[in-house]
Amino acid sequence: MEEHKTHISSYGNHLFVLLCLITLTTITVAITSVQLGAFNTTAAMIIASTKAAIVLLYFMHLKFDEKIFRFMVTLVLAIYVVVIVITFFDYLYR
Amino acid sequence: MEHNATTLSTHEHYDPVGAKLGMWLFIFTEMLLFGALFIVYSVYRYRHPVEFHLANQELNVTIGFINTVILLISSATVAMSITAMQKGNKKLTMIFLLITLLLAVVFLINKYFEWGAKIHHGIYPGSEFLLSLSHGDILFFGLYFFMTGLHAIHIIVGMVILIWVFVRVKQGRVNINRYALLENGGLYWHLVDLIWIFLFPLFYLIH
Repeated sequence: MEEHKTHISSYGNHLFVLLCLITLTTITVAITSVQLGAFNTTAAMIIASTKAAIVLLYFMHLKFDEKIFRFMVTLVLAIYVVVIVITFFDYLYR
Repeated sequence: MEHNATTLSTHEHYDPVGAKLGMWLFIFTEMLLFGALFIVYSVYRYRHPVEFHLANQELNVTIGFINTVILLISSATVAMSITAMQKGNKKLTMIFLLITLLLAVVFLINKYFEWGAKIHHGIYPGSEFLLSLSHGDILFFGLYFFMTGLHAIHIIVGMVILIWVFVRVKQGRVNINRYALLENGGLYWHLVDLIWIFLFPLFYLIH
C-alpha cells in the first residue's frame, strides 16, 4: 500500500497559532471599543475572517491535507458569499 | 494468493481520507446552517440599526472575550492531542482531550452566568419586559438567545463526541495507526470554535 507522508504539526506550532488568534481577538476588542462608525464593522469582520482562515488552515489542517479538502471548502464558502451578495442586492435596491 | 480473501476479512475497512471527506461534508451543512442565521442577523441589523446598536451594548464584552479565549485554547489543545497521537503518546493525547473537555465546561459555566444575568433582568424570549421594547430589540435578543443557544448545544454535542473519542483512545481502538476518529472529532470541535469566532464580534463588539 502506498502511504503518503502525514504532516505532523509540532506543539510549538500550535502554540504560536493560538497566540496569533488571541492577539487578533485582543486587537478586535481594542478597535471596536473606539467609536469609528462603519469602520468598526469592517475591521471586526476582516479580523474575524482572518482568524477563521487561520483556524481552517492550521487547526483544521487544510494547509497540509489533500488538496481536495481545500477545494471543497473554498467552493462552499464561494457559494455562501454569492448568497450574501444576492440577498443584499435585494435589500439595498428594493 | 488464495489466502488474500481471509486476510481481507480479518482486516476492518479503514479509509481515513474517506472518513475525513464525510466529516467535511457534514461540517458544510453546519457552516451553512449558521451561515443562514448570520444572513438573517445582517438583514435585521440593516433594517433596525439604532435598536441593534443600543441592544448590543447590553452584552458583557468581558465574558464574551473570556469565552472566546477559552474556545481558542481548547481548539489548540485538541490540535495538540492529535500531534501527541501522531507521535504515539497515548497518555498525552488523553491529557489534552481532558483539558479540552474541562475548558468546554468552563465555557458553559460562563454562558450560564451570562444568560442568568440577562434572564434576571427580565430579558429572555417572550418576557414581558422584552415584549414592551421595540421590534428591533426583540429581534436582537431573539437572535442572541437562538444563535448562542444553538452554539451551546453544539458545545455539548462536541463534548459528547470528545468523550467518545477519549474512551476509544483509552481502549486503544484509536491508536497511532488509526486515528481518523480523533481527527474528525477534532474537526467538529474546531467548527464550534469557528462559529464562535463570528458570533463574538457580531453580538458583543460591533456598535
